[in-house]
Amino acid sequence: MSAQDAHVVGSTKLFIWIWLWLVVLTAIEVVLAYQHLSLVLMIVILMGLSLMKSALIMAYFMHLKFERMSLVMTLIPALVVLICLMFISFPDSLRIHELVPR
Amino acid sequence: MAHGETHAIAVEPTWDGGSAPYGIGSKKLGMWLFIAADTLTFSACLIAYSYVRLASAEWPKPFEWGSILNAIVMTACLLSSSLTMVIAVAASARGDRKKAVRFILFTILGGVAFIVLHAQEWIALIEHEHVTPFSNPWGIPLFGATFFALTGLHMTHVTIGVIYLAIIATGVGRGKFTPEDVEVSGLYWHFVDLVWMFIFPMVYLLSNKMI
Repeated sequence: MSAQDAHVVGSTKLFIWIWLWLVVLTAIEVVLAYQHLSLVLMIVILMGLSLMKSALIMAYFMHLKFERMSLVMTLIPALVVLICLMFISFPDSLRIHELVPR
Repeated sequence: MAHGETHAIAVEPTWDGGSAPYGIGSKKLGMWLFIAADTLTFSACLIAYSYVRLASAEWPKPFEWGSILNAIVMTACLLSSSLTMVIAVAASARGDRKKAVRFILFTILGGVAFIVLHAQEWIALIEHEHVTPFSNPWGIPLFGATFFALTGLHMTHVTIGVIYLAIIATGVGRGKFTPEDVEVSGLYWHFVDLVWMFIFPMVYLLSNKMI
C-alpha cells in the first residue's frame, strides 16, 4: 500500500483497532444493562455509548474522516437537526402517565 | 433594459465548486444521500419505540441471558463483517481483486450468520413465547408491534445487503465493477451495522429479564 492510499483509506491495523474499540464499547453496554439503574438513566448512557460507536463507524469504516469537509457538513448537521426535531413531543412520553385520566 | 440585466446575471457564473464539490463520485454521493434518508427512517422508528416504551406503564422483558447472548453473537457477526468489508474496500482500492472478493465473501458470511441467528430468535419468540405483531401473553401488543417492525426493517436491510454484496463480489471477480462500486456497497453495509448498534441496546439490552 502506498503512502497516499494509506492516507485515503486508512490501514488494516487502524481498522482492527477501531473494531476492537467497537467490541469494547459493546461489552460495556452489556455489563451496564445488568446494573440496577433507572430506565431513563440507562437509556441516556446506552444511547451515549451507541452514538460513540456510530461516530467511530462513520469516521473510519465509512471514511467520513478522510472525506472533504463539505461532504461532512452537508450530511451531518442536517441529520442532527432533523433527529432532534423528532424529539419535540418526546417529553410527553414521561408525562402521559399523569395526563391519562384513571 | 431590465431583461438585459437579468440575462447578464444568468450568464455570470455563480458556481465556484468545480465539477466535484464533494470530491467524490456521483455513485458515492447517491449512496450517502440514501443513507441520510434511511437514517431518518430508522431514527423515526427508534424514537417511536422509545416513546411507546416510556409511555407504557408496563413493558415485557422476555429476553433471558440466552437471548441476550444470541444478540451479542449477532452484534459480533455484524461488527466483524464490517471489519472484513473495510479490508475488502482497501484491497479493491489497491487493485487486489482476489483479496477483495475473498473479504466480501467473509462479509456475506457474517451477514448470513446474522440473519440465521435472528430468524432463530424470531421463531423462538413466535412459537414458544407466542409473541406476534398484534398480541402477546403479557397483554402489551405494542411490544410485538415495535419489536417486529424495528428488527424486521433492519433484517430486510441486512438481507438486501447480502444480495447486493453477492452481486458486487461476482462483478468484481469478473473485473466488471470498479473500486468505487465496492466502496459504495461498503458504505451501505456499514450503515446497516451502525443501525444495529442502536437496535441492540434499545430493544435487547433494555428488555433483559434482570432489569
